[in-house]
Amino acid sequence: MDSDITFQETPLYRSHVSLGAKMAPFGGWMMPIQYQGILAEHAHTREGVSVFDICHMGEFMIEGDAVSSGLDRIVTQKISSMPQGSCRYGFMLNEQGGVIDDLVVYRLDKDRWMLVVNAATITGDEANLKKHLSQECAFENASPRTGKLDIQGPGSLEALSGIFGGRLKELRYYTFADFTFEGESCIISRTGYTGELGYEIYVSSGRVVKLWERLLCDARVKPAGLGCRDTLRLEMGYPLYGHELDVNHTPLAAGLDKFVDLSKDFIGKNALLREQKDGPREHLVCFRSDSRRSARNGYAIFDLKGSRIGTTSSGSFSPSLSVSIGMGYITGEHQLGEKLAIKDGAAEIPVTIVKKPFYSKA
Amino acid sequence: MSVPKGLFYTKDHEWARIEGKTAYVGITDYAQSALGDITFVELPKKDQALKQGAQCATVESVKAASEVYAPLSGTVHGVNEELIAHPELVNSSAYEKGYFFVIQLSDEAEKAKLMDGAAYERYLEGISK
Repeated sequence: MDSDITFQETPLYRSHVSLGAKMAPFGGWMMPIQYQGILAEHAHTREGVSVFDICHMGEFMIEGDAVSSGLDRIVTQKISSMPQGSCRYGFMLNEQGGVIDDLVVYRLDKDRWMLVVNAATITGDEANLKKHLSQECAFENASPRTGKLDIQGPGSLEALSGIFGGRLKELRYYTFADFTFEGESCIISRTGYTGELGYEIYVSSGRVVKLWERLLCDARVKPAGLGCRDTLRLEMGYPLYGHELDVNHTPLAAGLDKFVDLSKDFIGKNALLREQKDGPREHLVCFRSDSRRSARNGYAIFDLKGSRIGTTSSGSFSPSLSVSIGMGYITGEHQLGEKLAIKDGAAEIPVTIVKKPFYSKA
Repeated sequence: MSVPKGLFYTKDHEWARIEGKTAYVGITDYAQSALGDITFVELPKKDQALKQGAQCATVESVKAASEVYAPLSGTVHGVNEELIAHPELVNSSAYEKGYFFVIQLSDEAEKAKLMDGAAYERYLEGISK
């Protein structure tokens, strides 16, 4: 056994084990992959309401003016124009335009910000922020004291209103507000990673177990693991850091131009302008098969002439569509509807280039 | 984990139910549980010759793909076509409706290399330790 490798545990570790979850490492953490099964949890999130333990993700608190703190220059989106109480999705890039991380910025107050980042990248993100933020602004890595639960699915508003009150329904997409749980303030945003109506709750790590238990007292709410979180996001064509996004690819190559504001200055902008002029070396495509056999991360992509044109970044069976879907980086000009072949050893999966999202509600 | 008596088992978690000169073959309850929701099964072709211990089928769950090895040598007599559209039968009925194929045995003596139910149960206990 790899006894020298230790993984971090969220405050909910014991709760997961007692629910019979299959636990596995993810981003340096021991996380629940599934409880009763990925397919059932996926379907319940699309049709009902699920709660996900997302305590492993990172939260940074920053105090300072948007521009003079340097924060606006670190993020690809304009944050100085964000209304208070809103969230914005964007990227932190290196000078080469490669993605250090994708993140969501919350404007807590005129000069107070919360950055929500991926678990595996917390240390690197912190170093990058400290390098580029001005000395005058206050920075705190609040991840250890912050718990995070995602409540996702069409039943999420109803389930949460019982705990947090009717004011929740006023929250518009990508906005947030302060609420109270057990006498303590918490942040709830109407955001998510599933394509469903949903909310993300930031509560102290000391209260997160109580909130989890309270949520599960409601028979409509079921726990869901990272297994279905991945199939849900993949059906929407959402990128996952370490798969579609990494330092070797720019947001333009990933087709995520709309989260990059080229009208302002930011680290990596010059590299993006050069890439825009020359065209990206590779670009991300979505593919769908008629088969149930799934492509996995790292499989080779070929055109129908038999030339290797790229590599898959994600691939899975789609529980909603009952076929295999995925994404990958390819070189050259390729059109929607074009047929490609994905190979791993002797196995060959015929696929078609399609638009995202793969799944949308009928 | 269910381990029916009267079946033969491999260390790779396949089972064989020998009926005269033929055997039904599938993966065990332990295997289906470890894989999770099964989403795809690739079966051998009818009349294909199989050698004991050689790869003969593929099984995929949402998260992973695994190979299935022939517990006994012989010729594929028939496959469970139901699994193509309903691979979830392997989860719900690993030893009955979720069988993979039926094989015409070429050497019955090979079963001496397999475990009986009691031995497979002990083997599983060893794994979980």
